[in-house]
Amino acid sequence: MCGIVGLYLKNPKLKSKLGKMFKPMLIEMTNRGPDSAGVAIYRNPTKKSETKFSLAHNDANYDWKKIDVGLERALKCDCTIKKIGNHCILVTTAKEAAVVKWLKEHHREVRVVGSGHTIEIFKETGLPANVYDKFDLDNAAGTHIIGHTRMATESAVTTAGSHPFATGADLCLVHNGSLSNHNRLRETLRKEGMEFQTENDTEVAAAYMTHKLRTGSTLKEALESGLKDLDGFFTFLVGTADGFAVVRDPIACKHAVMAETDDWVAMATEYRAIAHLPGADDAKIWEPEPSKIYTWGHA
Amino acid sequence: MNELDQTKTGVRGINSTLQTLPANTNEKHWVVKNPKGQHNIAVGLSAPLQVEIQGHVGFYCGGMNQHSEITIHGHAGVGTAENMMSGIVWVKGNSSESAGATGNGGLLVIDGDASSRCGISMKGIDIVVGGSVGHMSAFMGQRGNLVVCGDAGDALGDSIYEARLYVKGKVASLGADCIEKEMRAEHIADLERLLKAAGRKEKPSDFKRYGSARKLYNFSVDHADAY
Repeated sequence: MCGIVGLYLKNPKLKSKLGKMFKPMLIEMTNRGPDSAGVAIYRNPTKKSETKFSLAHNDANYDWKKIDVGLERALKCDCTIKKIGNHCILVTTAKEAAVVKWLKEHHREVRVVGSGHTIEIFKETGLPANVYDKFDLDNAAGTHIIGHTRMATESAVTTAGSHPFATGADLCLVHNGSLSNHNRLRETLRKEGMEFQTENDTEVAAAYMTHKLRTGSTLKEALESGLKDLDGFFTFLVGTADGFAVVRDPIACKHAVMAETDDWVAMATEYRAIAHLPGADDAKIWEPEPSKIYTWGHA
Repeated sequence: MNELDQTKTGVRGINSTLQTLPANTNEKHWVVKNPKGQHNIAVGLSAPLQVEIQGHVGFYCGGMNQHSEITIHGHAGVGTAENMMSGIVWVKGNSSESAGATGNGGLLVIDGDASSRCGISMKGIDIVVGGSVGHMSAFMGQRGNLVVCGDAGDALGDSIYEARLYVKGKVASLGADCIEKEMRAEHIADLERLLKAAGRKEKPSDFKRYGSARKLYNFSVDHADAY
């Protein structure tokens, strides 16, 4: 099963209400995915010279101060941290690769769940409503947000196996479906130097996209080659710095519906998630066609 | 006229009310307000009611219907009127995947487009789509008619048995064992009746008929190439 939802605000006046508008969308998808939930919200862009990391630790009382101080000392950079639930948003002037390397060497238990200039990723096991509250998303402002409610089929119910999965700077992926060639593809990607935290099939799709983007593909090209190389069922929703993209496999048996008004664009596994949005009754509503890539913003 | 508000009664409230009405009820006309995309609205009805649903519905709306006339004033989700036995389900907007799936009888009208697998495994239902249908429509269709006033997607009528398919526009591709067939007088008459029932203005002579080549479902070693 699984439920995926996305909301992109066309009307900047609604920015302060993003978290409030999105909450009922995610919660409506609870019975498609009660195991875990996650969101990627795009807000508070950093300066060009800075990078924003979403970090997670199993211990909700983890002392993030030591990451802050340790990084500043080791990499001679400025850092600010903000603890949200068992996640931490770290903004730093250090280079992204250097931070990842330092964390791996000194604090292996800290997971990097996302990075970029605007993206913040929060994900956790449990009911979507609890996850939403834990990360204080009710009052969150931002430009767009994507979310996932998971009913696990291909791998264990863990925080690391929850969606969204980061696929590069300000990029992330949520998935409804299951991939059948993820084992083989994981091995191929490992040989190309990609690293994996889980046995999850979606992580393989995310790594595949990351690898394509790193080797020069545009997002559209990466999704197009994904249609050829990923075997299985999927509806993907990809969050980008200023929008999102949607693609379904050629058989398209994983549901998807889109809706648009003058104020917003929304995507969901089922329309009932969209029905909560103001103006949904009169929105332009359609079903994304199989193997066709839909994008909003400069995806 | 009786009114049911989904936001007040929930889907169970709507269905338990409509399902328990006797066949000779005087309370025939019902309006369902605020469906909000919820699933299973007005399923399993067996009395001759007129049900008007004001808004977009989720999955399986009008499923297993007998005798009722259900009108959806909006779009419909997956599996609209699935396994319908008799009566009418009329979607004023578009319908998602697998509309009319496994339907045994009755009439399903979709004024807009239907998505993939429209009429999958149809067993006697008549389906009239004002717009286009997606891929794999009428897959393994056994009986009944699928009328498409627009275009049909890939693999139309794949592994079809005896369902009859009429398409006015382009067919992206035909599925295994599905072929174009001659339009005889009886087909024109049948199509005329269906178009009229669905309130369509199209001319039957503008349609092409497709159906089974009958090579696939009776196993014959001479037809091994078709498998």
